[in-house]
Amino acid sequence: MNYSVLIPMLVFLIIIFFIGYWSSRKLASSSNFISDYFLGGRELGGFVLAMTMVATYGSASSFLGGPGTAYTMGFGWVLLAMTQVVTGYFVLMILGKKYAIMARRYNAVTMIDFLKARYNSTVVVLLSALSIIIFLFSAMAAQWIGGARLIESLTGLSYQSALFLFAVSVLVYVTIGGFRAVALTDAVQGAVMLVGTLVLLIAVIISGGGVSNIMQDLINENPNLVTPYGAEGNLSAAYVSSFWILVGVGVVGLPQIAVRAMSYKNARSMHRALIIGTVVTGFIMLNMHLIGVFARPILPGIEVGDKVIPLIALETLPPWVAGIVLAAPMAAIMSTVDSLLLLVSSSIVKDVYLNYVKPDASLKTIKRMSFGVTGVLGTIVFLLALDPPDLLIFLNLFAFGGLEAAFIWPIVLGLYWKWGNKYGAVASMATGIISYIALHFYNIENGNLFGVHTVTVPVLLSLVAFIAFSLLINRQAYDYNAILYRNEKQA
Amino acid sequence: MKETDWRFRIAHREAWIGLGLALFNFVWWFAFAYGLGSRPVEEYTYILGLPDWFFYSCIVGFLVMVVLVTVIVKFFFVDVPFDEEQEEHR
Repeated sequence: MNYSVLIPMLVFLIIIFFIGYWSSRKLASSSNFISDYFLGGRELGGFVLAMTMVATYGSASSFLGGPGTAYTMGFGWVLLAMTQVVTGYFVLMILGKKYAIMARRYNAVTMIDFLKARYNSTVVVLLSALSIIIFLFSAMAAQWIGGARLIESLTGLSYQSALFLFAVSVLVYVTIGGFRAVALTDAVQGAVMLVGTLVLLIAVIISGGGVSNIMQDLINENPNLVTPYGAEGNLSAAYVSSFWILVGVGVVGLPQIAVRAMSYKNARSMHRALIIGTVVTGFIMLNMHLIGVFARPILPGIEVGDKVIPLIALETLPPWVAGIVLAAPMAAIMSTVDSLLLLVSSSIVKDVYLNYVKPDASLKTIKRMSFGVTGVLGTIVFLLALDPPDLLIFLNLFAFGGLEAAFIWPIVLGLYWKWGNKYGAVASMATGIISYIALHFYNIENGNLFGVHTVTVPVLLSLVAFIAFSLLINRQAYDYNAILYRNEKQA
Repeated sequence: MKETDWRFRIAHREAWIGLGLALFNFVWWFAFAYGLGSRPVEEYTYILGLPDWFFYSCIVGFLVMVVLVTVIVKFFFVDVPFDEEQEEHR
């Protein structure tokens, strides 16, 4: 076993545990358990907010899969990855102040709370809760598998033991600490990612003999590697541009990101997060994917993309530094997993149980439910990840694109378009998910429709559905201040 | 009491700014990447060792966005309270 790599990673896990424990003490003294457990009491500052968004968003794919593809594809894939810079500012600017104000007005703790209050419809709530539970549960399981594989390849532990180690660490602090623990550990994990990628990039450039040298090696091997069109010349401008929707602006529709846009303390935190988020997202994405490309001349012939980053780190860095640097992808995976876990459990406890099963549940019951559901979910994911069934992998394919197509318009137009109503929202969600799944199969058979990523057309169709159904059925302007009058009357 | 919340005007304007920034970001990214990048590889020049299209599209483009976002947030974004005035602080 490789102890010099393992020890820095264990130290990292222990620090994360400590943060979880510390937040749980804060949680114990809290007066509003639900808002605190699932939302950190709406008091995140700018730095933590930016980091938790970046860390939640940056998953196994940005740290293992993405750089692995850049290794095969060359600069075209780095170009594609840089479409993600936009998420750093776009999500917070678009949802922005209106979302923060409305979320407080509705007393919303989850994205579904917001949709429930805005559309006043059981169908909308159940449909959203169902999509979140199914799709994000699968996405989460896929991340666990990634995390366990990473530990396995670093430490030489068996897959089962690696998965167990990973599962226990995630479960302990999510179950105990809730959203604040997740957001705080995200901040630490984000910082680890930031420094880790920079150290590794520098090490790779030095061991490749400088950037010009690496570039010459790439051109000698295959000149296409330094073009925007990919190693085989098959990355079209339309295809790469369509990633602006999948990993750029469409991210607004992801529930795990949207919930963060209602968790900040005040406008000043939001302003700071906008700037920090843009810098950090761009910096991490640029570094990681450049590392992937630069690794090619240094370690040619790596077959499995996910192994590029671990292997190049072990090759170019002293073992203990590699341990710290590889804590970065570990951090990315853990921080995505913990947010998803919390989100799925909040959908079950808050959106379904409290709304429809037992609205008058006592605080003690809610507490026990929250811990219990989070724990049980984690255990189920663990068992599934031991031997992942095909269905899980299948559902995971739809997790991001499908959720974006489903939620983007009900959230964005729900905020800004007064004519939006529940018929539009339901039609939009159904159209988004169904057309996404249908197009997915079409694209596998026939190649990408219009040469763009699967997500593009469903996002457009769900926009049309939202507008058409809102205007055609029961057209009525929504009054954003209505709930305020009601509160005033009661007062 | 029927007039629009004053904070919404600010919120709406800032959302439009976000959309504008994203469009600008896209045009910059696309124009340099495919404008410069579609030449034959032999004609590429290299800046700091990186191909010129990539340098302008991704590195300069990223820095431009950071500066733009910083300037716009500092000078055009308004600090507004999120809680309702008559509401007590939780």
